Amino acid sequence: MKKSKIEQIIHQDIILKQALSDPRVTRRDFLAFTGAMGMTATMGGALWSNRALAATPKRGGHMVSGLNDANTGDSLDCGLFNATYMICISRAFRDSLVNVGQDNSMEPALAESWEASPDAKIWRFNIRQGVEFHNGKSLTTDDVVASINKHRGEDSTSYAKGVFSGISDVRVDGNTVIVELADGNADCPALFTDYHFNIMPSKDGVAESLSSAGTGPYLLKEYNPGVKTVLERNPNTWHPDGGALADSHEVLAILDDTARQSALISGSVDVINRPALKGIARLKNVKGVNIVDVASNLAFTHPMRMDVTPFDNMDFRTALKLSTPRQEFIDKVLFGYGAIGNDQPLGPGFGSYDASLNVEYDLDKAKHHLKKSGHEGVTIDLSASNTSYGGAMDAAQLFQQHWAKIGVNTNIVQEPQDGYWNNVWNVKPFCTCYWGARPVEDMILSIAYLSSSPWNDTVIKNARVDELVVAARGELDAAKRKAMYQEVQHIISKEGGTIIPAFGTDVAATRDTIGVGEQIGGGWEMDGGHYLKRWWNA
Amino acid sequence: MNKILLMILQRFGLGLLTLFVVSIIIFVGVEFLPGDIAEALLGQGASPENVAALRHELGLDRPAHTRYIDWWAGVLQGDLGTSLANRRDIAELITFRLSNTLFLALTAAAISVPLALLFGILAALYRNSLYDRSVNVVTLGAVSAPEFLTAYVLILYFSVKLGWFPSLSNIDQDTSFIDKLHQVALPAITLMGVILAYMMRMVRASIINLLASAYIEMAHLKGMPKFRVIVKHALPNAWAPIANIIAISLAYLVVGVVVVEVVFIYPGLGQLMVDSVSNRDIPVVQACSMIFAGTYILLNLTADIVSICTNPRLLHPK
Repeated sequence: MKKSKIEQIIHQDIILKQALSDPRVTRRDFLAFTGAMGMTATMGGALWSNRALAATPKRGGHMVSGLNDANTGDSLDCGLFNATYMICISRAFRDSLVNVGQDNSMEPALAESWEASPDAKIWRFNIRQGVEFHNGKSLTTDDVVASINKHRGEDSTSYAKGVFSGISDVRVDGNTVIVELADGNADCPALFTDYHFNIMPSKDGVAESLSSAGTGPYLLKEYNPGVKTVLERNPNTWHPDGGALADSHEVLAILDDTARQSALISGSVDVINRPALKGIARLKNVKGVNIVDVASNLAFTHPMRMDVTPFDNMDFRTALKLSTPRQEFIDKVLFGYGAIGNDQPLGPGFGSYDASLNVEYDLDKAKHHLKKSGHEGVTIDLSASNTSYGGAMDAAQLFQQHWAKIGVNTNIVQEPQDGYWNNVWNVKPFCTCYWGARPVEDMILSIAYLSSSPWNDTVIKNARVDELVVAARGELDAAKRKAMYQEVQHIISKEGGTIIPAFGTDVAATRDTIGVGEQIGGGWEMDGGHYLKRWWNA
Repeated sequence: MNKILLMILQRFGLGLLTLFVVSIIIFVGVEFLPGDIAEALLGQGASPENVAALRHELGLDRPAHTRYIDWWAGVLQGDLGTSLANRRDIAELITFRLSNTLFLALTAAAISVPLALLFGILAALYRNSLYDRSVNVVTLGAVSAPEFLTAYVLILYFSVKLGWFPSLSNIDQDTSFIDKLHQVALPAITLMGVILAYMMRMVRASIINLLASAYIEMAHLKGMPKFRVIVKHALPNAWAPIANIIAISLAYLVVGVVVVEVVFIYPGLGQLMVDSVSNRDIPVVQACSMIFAGTYILLNLTADIVSICTNPRLLHPK
């Protein structure tokens, strides 16, 4: 095949993919479109069929999944969740106050409705009545308060303590739980979509974190940490439509990439998460297997501490940014599954994402800035480990070669996996890191980009950023907030201390007997962690 | 006979002492690893207050020696404690996994030991023949290939292509015996590849060693058939080294199969131990290592007893 022909096919593939992922495209549009491209009806039909199958949800059946990101040390304590396996399980047997829908909108869950005071400081959540936990206990406002308080206060061991630190008081008023914030926050409902936040039964004002009784559409029948979980439909669910499609689930912990993949190919499991990207081109061609990919706001970050030489020099930082090969990073490290990043942490999944930002790869400009910084020929240490993200060591070598082109020598320090987040990240001047997706902009900016943030891993102290982030938080006018977040993106991209070459893509693979819906939720992999309820046996 | 009893008691006592020493080494070892369970569980987002609160909740803010003594106090009362990571009863966590590990080990041994004896005896009988050479090459080849490679090849052919066996050993308490055998077939065959060569060659070597002895020549001169000479005369005297190698292989099957567990997703003790070490979940690490050390001690003891009992010279020393 001639090269131009190949390029043409690749180009068609990209356009088709875009067309398919556009929810506005109807079957008629689609066929007209493929016809216009000179494709035969059967080709177009075949491409459509998976999606068409996916468009007709069906109830019933048993689904077996194999997930990695599990550990024999996993517990039901939602404050300690940090991995996909437990997040998906908890989303199936417990509920939250608010859910993120597949279209990334806020949907009512155990909170039937909510309203804010005009300054967005006081939020009233009306709690659904007549809901029962799996052990027969009725859901009360006390349970909700205890479940919130689990993440607050000095004794809290919760990982999400930071997320809930803006709450100054929680109290009950009839069937309403009132949440008072120290500063106004228009995104308050989004706090309650956090995967650490599960509603659990309480006793004497303390949430029973290890209880297997939730209010979710599934009962936790068997739970063996790091091995498997069995879920069965809850006949007594409050969800009007049952809240879930498959009747039962078996979720296996399969850490080994090859094992997960062969389990899918041999049909032992119906769904796997994170197929190894190295072999994905081949997996895609296996009969009966579909790849499900969703753009994510997960950011691959490379924080430089802006209080350490030479990273305290803006020209030096700019030089590194301009000589970082972004597309090559996506192609070689992420095997094509990623979207270009521009050194600011808000991903393409956000409404406020500013697509006009573009940090170009320009060695001449980079050299100019390096000269201006006075650090020509400098040697820097880059602390890296694959703990920070898979492929970080490869990425470090890729950067090393490109930075060498402008005259910056990079010494790659391979750090031990153990203790990476304590001894390297937020400690060493320059390291590899990642930040998982968060449902709203504020959660990312408040945690890591305010002067006062404990996890300000770039030590950025920018008065304008501080001002904008706090102002945007309390701003109820969507257009104004968007403008504020876009300004923040520009400032961090230009002046900030992190290199973000790309945002990730969440990849899963299913048997073609599984339907996944036209639009898949982001926020976390596996449909925001809700796939057990949302995907079905076609 | 009393002498044997005395020896067993003696060895048993020494075994307990070994266990005690092992428990100290493991405890100190895990203490020396960087980070503790609070940091391991909370990961990237841990703030100092978070870590301190979790440490306090788990009782990790007490000095190490107090925790160690408390652990022993619990163990002596038959309480292995609860896992720090998921607050589950360790005895419960371990029972399921230990029974799986033992099931896999015994299945693998039940295939491997008779085969090793048969192949070894035949190899000794027809030594330096084509059969001898080929069985050596094949078994040594199998032992040289890393377990995960053997496992992946088996999965590719028997599970993905032919679909005879599952690629996952998805077993639980309710799985029937026959079903279990079907599920562990591939892991057991993988393990057989690892241990068969050692045992087979040891059988062969010990028998060949004896074949040069005067009493074997006498048996030949009496006109006994070759196979009978080996089974009746040589084998009884070769039991000691064979028992030893079987014991060591069995011990390996119990403690060293984590790679196979990972590839086949077999819920055994190895994975639990590895996860617990990376989580710094000391009580679980201790419990697992006690079981592993105990396995070695018991199997070695058994091997010694077998070799003494099968050797009249050791049984009735002058």
